[in-house]
Amino acid sequence: MNAMKVHENLMAEVGIASQSNADLPVFVIQPSHGWVSLRLRELWEYRELLYFLTWRDIKVRYKQTVIGAAWAIIQPFFTMVVFTLFFGRLAKIPSEGVPYPIFSYTALLPWTFFAQAMNQSSNSLVGSANLLTKIYFPRLVIPLSATIAPLVDFAIAFTLLVGMMFFYQIYPTSAVIWLPAFLLLAFTASLGVGLWLSAMNVQYRDVRYTVPFLTQLWLFATPVIYPSSMLHGPWRIILGLNPMTVVVEGFRWALLGVGDAPEGMIWASVGISLLLVVTGLIYFNRMEKTFADVV
Amino acid sequence: MTDIAIRVDNLRKRYRIGQREPYKALRDVLTSAMCAPFRRLRRIPKSEFRNANSEYIWALKDVSFEVKQGEVIGIIGRNGAGKTTLLKILSRITEPTEGYAEIHGRASSLLEVGTGFHPELTGRENIYLNGAILGMRKAEIDKKFDEIVAFTEIEKFIDTPVKYYSSGMYVRLAFSVAAHLEPEILLVDEVLAVGDAAFQKKCLGKMGGVAKEGRTVLFVSHNMAAVRSLCSRAFLLDSGKVCQSGPVEICIDRYLIAADTNALCELNTLTLPRPTVVVDDKATLRITRVKLDTPNGHNIVKTGEPIVLIISFKVFQPLHNVVFGFTVESSDNVRLCDCRSSDSCGPISYMQPGDYSIRAVVQSNPLNPGTYRLSLGARSESKGLDYLPDLMILLVETSERFESLWLENPSGLFRVFSDWTLQSN
Repeated sequence: MNAMKVHENLMAEVGIASQSNADLPVFVIQPSHGWVSLRLRELWEYRELLYFLTWRDIKVRYKQTVIGAAWAIIQPFFTMVVFTLFFGRLAKIPSEGVPYPIFSYTALLPWTFFAQAMNQSSNSLVGSANLLTKIYFPRLVIPLSATIAPLVDFAIAFTLLVGMMFFYQIYPTSAVIWLPAFLLLAFTASLGVGLWLSAMNVQYRDVRYTVPFLTQLWLFATPVIYPSSMLHGPWRIILGLNPMTVVVEGFRWALLGVGDAPEGMIWASVGISLLLVVTGLIYFNRMEKTFADVV
Repeated sequence: MTDIAIRVDNLRKRYRIGQREPYKALRDVLTSAMCAPFRRLRRIPKSEFRNANSEYIWALKDVSFEVKQGEVIGIIGRNGAGKTTLLKILSRITEPTEGYAEIHGRASSLLEVGTGFHPELTGRENIYLNGAILGMRKAEIDKKFDEIVAFTEIEKFIDTPVKYYSSGMYVRLAFSVAAHLEPEILLVDEVLAVGDAAFQKKCLGKMGGVAKEGRTVLFVSHNMAAVRSLCSRAFLLDSGKVCQSGPVEICIDRYLIAADTNALCELNTLTLPRPTVVVDDKATLRITRVKLDTPNGHNIVKTGEPIVLIISFKVFQPLHNVVFGFTVESSDNVRLCDCRSSDSCGPISYMQPGDYSIRAVVQSNPLNPGTYRLSLGARSESKGLDYLPDLMILLVETSERFESLWLENPSGLFRVFSDWTLQSN
């Protein structure tokens, strides 16, 4: 009786049609070859685990630090100070009519998120080796939670931007409603890169040494320090291939009213981000079965 | 067919020697990619390199079994026998190299206690985190939270980061979460070997409770007492094969006996690696091959059925008055019998050099189900010619013929038939 009840609940929860038993889901275990389905539905079933892992990452991040979550502001803040001194004052890089500090900080916000998400997700699988070898769950949960967690830092650092906007008396236009879309684009791009790098890192530990380097190069390939209007001709095309260009320009446009809406480039960036995610998912999925044995 | 919980069919798993794939450096892959065209030029397919058998071990070889719902199965075997690999495949952590398995119902695996515990988080937070990792839903954890905390007996420290816990407290917390899992199928690997005696007892009790609720449990352990008290059936694994399945006692016996004889999975025939030529002139007779003649090809004999032993040997010098014999010992080293060829035909008065074989038959096997050791030897008058101690394992199983008469496995070493008559006075 009792058992029957449990099974019924399970069916309601899991919603998997069973084949031979009337009331139990059946899981088939066999070697997979070639293309494997993404099992996104299963990922959905594990959403609570995703929540808890993200929650753990956030919770643990600033434990046993004196100033705690203030670190999330301090890092981009001091980067902004340094950029303002060297690039704004000394190199006199134009900032499209707004003060250089807010010009760079607005760009540093999504950039810091992107860099953190990329960095953390690329190390996420190797860092969770003990989980991978002991428990089954959709492996995608791990890089996904590592990409979501930096959003909290982003939110904290965003408060400083609000303060700066009051200080400089710059108020956003109605374009600000597009801000979440640009954040989503940054998220998609970092997830795509994170999927590739995390799965590669399991196989090739070289990735760990490549990521800091890659982050640095990518920063210079993104108009964080300089406005994209400084570049012309073929350089702009190269810049356009980088999704973060659109994100950074979009942030400035939506919040500060600087520059034009990045209309043309946005579709290329969305396309490239989606391509990164889709190919990343495919690669991740193909490597997934070896994680527990290799990591 | 509806009551099957786990069906495993010819499962195989291959690992590289050293258990793990070595980390590949990107550089190596690039180099090998560059060399690939040249390799093809030399007509050496890449797969030939990769399938060099010496590089791999089979952690599991053709494992097949079925487990019914509600059964509690003990899995025993030595280190490296493939127990954990089996659990890892069944819990979908790693994929099999070949084969097929079917799990009916949600399975939770407990390969270690406290998986995913984070030292910086408090006991309370870790209960939620670990619960989620083990597959519990938040609502479920909320509901059982008080029960879990009570089980740990460390309520006072529940809001302390676990990095300040003693290892005992840590394990208590970890096991308490695990003990409150409610999957249909539980795969447990040697997790009870933790905590103090009292807590271990409590955990065993909890596991027993789980079993009584009708859940299916696969329980890997080296703790024979735990296996005995919890499991209804057992599998003995050796070098990646199930070499014995059935009643717990038989598997345990065989496991314990194997610790002495160094061989678990032999077949019924033993060909002995002995020199075929005389090395020294003292060698007069050498047993070269021993075969337990059974219909199934294994060293399994049923109670009440004949035991047939065929011994092949070589004689190097003319011999007089030769007697062959074998002894049977129980798993606790009691010598049960000593059967000699002189019983039926007297000593063999004269033998010329050459190859021979001799056949011994025990008409009706009197042994009760269990595992026994067989030793055999030959002597001539008072001089020992050859002696092979603990040569072979003899497995005795219940014969179906008796199953209706004897409801359970009878106790004692021998089955002695007795006539009973009931009278009313």
